[in-house]
Amino acid sequence: MSFATAMARLGGDSISVDSVEASSIVKGETLADTIRVVSGYADAIVLRHPKEGAARLASEFATVPVINAGDGAGQHPSQTLLDLYTIRQSMPIDGIHVGLLGDLRYGRTAHSLALALSLYGVTLHTIAPRGLEMPESITLELRERGMEVIEHTDVEEVIRDLDVLYVTRIQRERFPDSASYYDVASSYRITPDLFTGVRDHLMILHPLPRAGEIDPAVDRTPYARYFEQAKNGVPVRMALLHEVMK
Amino acid sequence: MTRKDPSGGLIISPIKNGTVIDHITAGEALNVLRILGITGSTHECLSVATNVRSKRMRKKDIVKIENRELRTEEVDRIALLAPHAKINIIRDYQVAEKKGVETPRVLKGVVRCPNPGCITNTNEPVESTFEVLPKGLHCLYCDWLIKKKDIPNHII
Repeated sequence: MSFATAMARLGGDSISVDSVEASSIVKGETLADTIRVVSGYADAIVLRHPKEGAARLASEFATVPVINAGDGAGQHPSQTLLDLYTIRQSMPIDGIHVGLLGDLRYGRTAHSLALALSLYGVTLHTIAPRGLEMPESITLELRERGMEVIEHTDVEEVIRDLDVLYVTRIQRERFPDSASYYDVASSYRITPDLFTGVRDHLMILHPLPRAGEIDPAVDRTPYARYFEQAKNGVPVRMALLHEVMK
Repeated sequence: MTRKDPSGGLIISPIKNGTVIDHITAGEALNVLRILGITGSTHECLSVATNVRSKRMRKKDIVKIENRELRTEEVDRIALLAPHAKINIIRDYQVAEKKGVETPRVLKGVVRCPNPGCITNTNEPVESTFEVLPKGLHCLYCDWLIKKKDIPNHII
């Protein structure tokens, strides 16, 4: 939705294919063919796809620029740009302490943000339920880039050291049953009582939509910055679309 | 195979034409064959020796493939598993060419990405593509990393 809004604000139009049923994919068309066809209809393609690496594949078959708007559990680079922009509005990014909380294994926003933050000398604190930790390949790469990555299981033990706490959704489908999901989800829920003794400028960010990870009462605290972050999605994506089509 | 000198153990007989891959890391001969796409159902006449005594490597494997000269890109795949391998191209019982193996920078269509969510594991018209790193293989589509020791498990 934010890409469509961005395109409209730039004065352009967008053709949206929101479901597989509305496309030739349901007839067995490959993504490669869809991309070739759409390349003839549009000046740029914004692709969100359930498979990792879909945007890379699309870029090989497209004759127009392709923007990765999320590929499965892979990456979400445009979200990262707006995350960085939101942080940068409040503080310099260099050397800050950022906590990533939630499903770090399948959460593509967390993967892209962690890799981007490694360019800024950030100390990264990962807080994830067992089995949903950051993929080893990513933590290995972050450490090879010289980033300090500290793993935690409890947000309480680290929240007072953080400048930014980035919360991601814990997806129900990753758990064998509802009971185990609710067990984990409730222990990773952010509530106002966690904020005792935190830094004044702490920012709570979330790529949204949320599914209970953040108590609505947090919305009324000065730490809640996720709606402002979502709003930033429009100008950042306007800039991105302008950059690839200029 | 012939037994020339009973005290010296088994020696693989020379081949008239084909390729001899020598100095394969001990225990990797069968994986080298897999990476070359040579299976029990292909037609090549093969000799395989494993854990042969070697002055330089203490133990090594040797593979002889009759009537097939390996191409450079095939040879370089071998470097993933056996970086010290030496390739001898044989013509009329003589070594016509001798070369080492060179690790390729990018590997296409040889190893399957273990990530079930990777776009290369679908019906899309693309081959698996990995960047070859000292620590293993990095999928250029989904960023998955196959550690070096796990590579043989994913050869197509």
